Amino acid sequence: MPQVTLKINGTEHTLDVAPNMPLLWALRDKLNLTGTKYSCGIGVCGACTVLVDGAPTRSCLMPATTMADREITTIEGLSADGNHPVQKAWNDEDVPQCGYCQGGQILAAAALLEQNPKPDDADIDRAMSGNLCRCGTYIRIRKAIKRAAQYAAEEGGDV
Amino acid sequence: MNAQRRDDRGNMDRRAFLKTTLLASGALLIGVGSCGNSNTGKTARETWKPNLYVRIDPDGTITIVSKNPDAGQGVKTAFPMVVAECLEVDWKDVHVEQAPADDRYGRQALGGSRGTPDGWDDLRIAGTGALTLLMGAAAKEWDVPTSECSAASSIITHEPSGRTKAYASLLETAATLPAPEVSELKLKSRPSEFKLLGTFVPGVDNPKILTGQPIYGSDIRLDGMLYAVYQKCPVFGGKARSANLEHVRSLPGVTHAFIVPGTDEYSGLQPGVAIVAETFWEANSAREALEVDWETTHADSSEGYAEQAKTLAAEPGETLRHDGDVDATFDRSVTIVEASYHYPFVAHATMEPMNCTALLHESGKLELWAPSQNPQTQRKLISQTLGIPEGRIHVNQVRIGGAFGRRSRLDFAVEAAWIARETGRPVQLLWTREDDMAHDFYRPAGWHHFKAGLSDEGRMIAFDHHFITLGMGGKTVSGARLSANHYPAGLVPNFRLRQSIIETHVPTGPWRSPGHSAYCFAYQSFFDEVALAAGRDPLEFRLDLLSQSFGKPQLDSERGSGTLRVAAEAAGWGREMENNRGLGIAFHFDHRGYAAHVAEVSID
Repeated sequence: MPQVTLKINGTEHTLDVAPNMPLLWALRDKLNLTGTKYSCGIGVCGACTVLVDGAPTRSCLMPATTMADREITTIEGLSADGNHPVQKAWNDEDVPQCGYCQGGQILAAAALLEQNPKPDDADIDRAMSGNLCRCGTYIRIRKAIKRAAQYAAEEGGDV
Repeated sequence: MNAQRRDDRGNMDRRAFLKTTLLASGALLIGVGSCGNSNTGKTARETWKPNLYVRIDPDGTITIVSKNPDAGQGVKTAFPMVVAECLEVDWKDVHVEQAPADDRYGRQALGGSRGTPDGWDDLRIAGTGALTLLMGAAAKEWDVPTSECSAASSIITHEPSGRTKAYASLLETAATLPAPEVSELKLKSRPSEFKLLGTFVPGVDNPKILTGQPIYGSDIRLDGMLYAVYQKCPVFGGKARSANLEHVRSLPGVTHAFIVPGTDEYSGLQPGVAIVAETFWEANSAREALEVDWETTHADSSEGYAEQAKTLAAEPGETLRHDGDVDATFDRSVTIVEASYHYPFVAHATMEPMNCTALLHESGKLELWAPSQNPQTQRKLISQTLGIPEGRIHVNQVRIGGAFGRRSRLDFAVEAAWIARETGRPVQLLWTREDDMAHDFYRPAGWHHFKAGLSDEGRMIAFDHHFITLGMGGKTVSGARLSANHYPAGLVPNFRLRQSIIETHVPTGPWRSPGHSAYCFAYQSFFDEVALAAGRDPLEFRLDLLSQSFGKPQLDSERGSGTLRVAAEAAGWGREMENNRGLGIAFHFDHRGYAAHVAEVSID
């Protein structure tokens, strides 16, 4: 079985993975990092989003063996104690309903604000269109991203 | 136990009672029970074990239990809020716990929009009862009348002297007092009395959701746990005769592969083939090599349904309701409008696919972690199917990644229980998205044929509705029934609802509203056509429809028109619009709920 060393949330993990096993299942079943969610398995819903070198990436499509030497951030590692501006804004707008997609939504939003600290509605819709929410929290997601941009600006612009 | 504490006249059930227990830790526990269902000869009070609703710890922590499943509807936050409101404690001091499935809580289910209406009395009884007890304890310690005491933020104040006592200091004294009689409790009921209810309170699980903590069923990880996939027949109800199990067992990571004989119940243990492996990926990869010889008895095609619907549309069908004389009124109508609406089967597609984790302990106890809308019914079915007494089955409730009615069905949990017993290891069964779409209990397809007759004033004086729906053995299947008395029945003087049934073998079930998401689309689309033909404003047409009654409409028409007016006003109905833009309005009534929506639509 192939072996791979993954750098996840700043920590290196060396693990045996089945050939072609996507990063999603290495995270969930090998490392018990279950914050990254399985939903569609074909890269269309965004529930499995992680950041790879800062870019939102569908972990259900990425073979784990191709992820060596990359900086992987999962929802568990976005902040030390849930105080990332996006996480704070998500709570203050009470975005989640069932909540299952929100880890992916939050990582996508964090990456957006990294690129564009003051996105308008069109920017948000464009950046977030790959992340589905079956409960339909899109309106609150928009509001929360704007609020997060505000929090980040107040904190000194570093999202 | 009755979940509702009211008799037919809406009076509080006098058989409900409170019980308090002082734990060794010094914590005070308050539960709500009910007499009356005991056949043991003992009174329920003697046999009753506390169903924890409220626990107050000596350090002042208030623990409130939420008994119902939460799939995003927010009940895990809402229920404790009601208790906290009545107990006069600050929300920041409240710790919320999720109850396991336990019959002592009464109905623990998500469905029918019944959670909060059913829980409302018990929750207020628990909170108010606990408060009454603490007030009594303070009054006793001070030797003053209770009427001179007030409570706020976990502190009792003796108004005349200004003395105060924290709840946490009163637990021992409170435990010595008789539990208050439920019938004597004064329960808050008016919005003006509320401090916490009606305020913005973020969901109690938010901190865990937002940091990716393991709170969903598919996040459960147990020592030595294996992962299972379950292949069912692509034709509903088909059975596995044989499969290339030896080959599948030889594939990487696979530990077990076996046929599950199953039963004929759709919402039970359907027959199939289980593959169990060290990881989900390996189990599911092995499935690609699985070859099964299926035995099927029927094959339905939704294309065939469309053909049947066309044929049935020309027939009269069964008349479910007829007010006035629809056909005669059509003859004297100035304008006739006809339109048909159709929608296909719809899957629930919850973000979190069906899953359940099961562990058969060495003691013989079966433990499950089930993202379920019906944990109690699921336990019953598992008991019957596996022959394990209900008392030996413990169902933990986990946060649910979307439900929408799908998780009211029982299949996934009994599958996990069976597979775990066969393998002798803790097992997490996880359906793929493909499994989820292929084996749902779909919102039924439906065909609506409408005909309206208008008077010279443009009023809808006759309405004929031929609903072609799905059934089994001549009876509508789950989610396919339309009540004859539902909106707009009772609002049109000449009204007829006819029904025809297409036989189906497709599993169906409630889907959110349950059927009204579909019915509303059909009705409201048609009413726009009628308003257009009558040359009337769509809002004004709908308000006019609500202004008359013939017989007893199920809804409160004034509330209906009020809802429409509020939505119209908020959207600026009637305002100037750009050329390629327009507003559309819709109204529906269902489950005692009134809804009006306005959409602004542009055409490119």
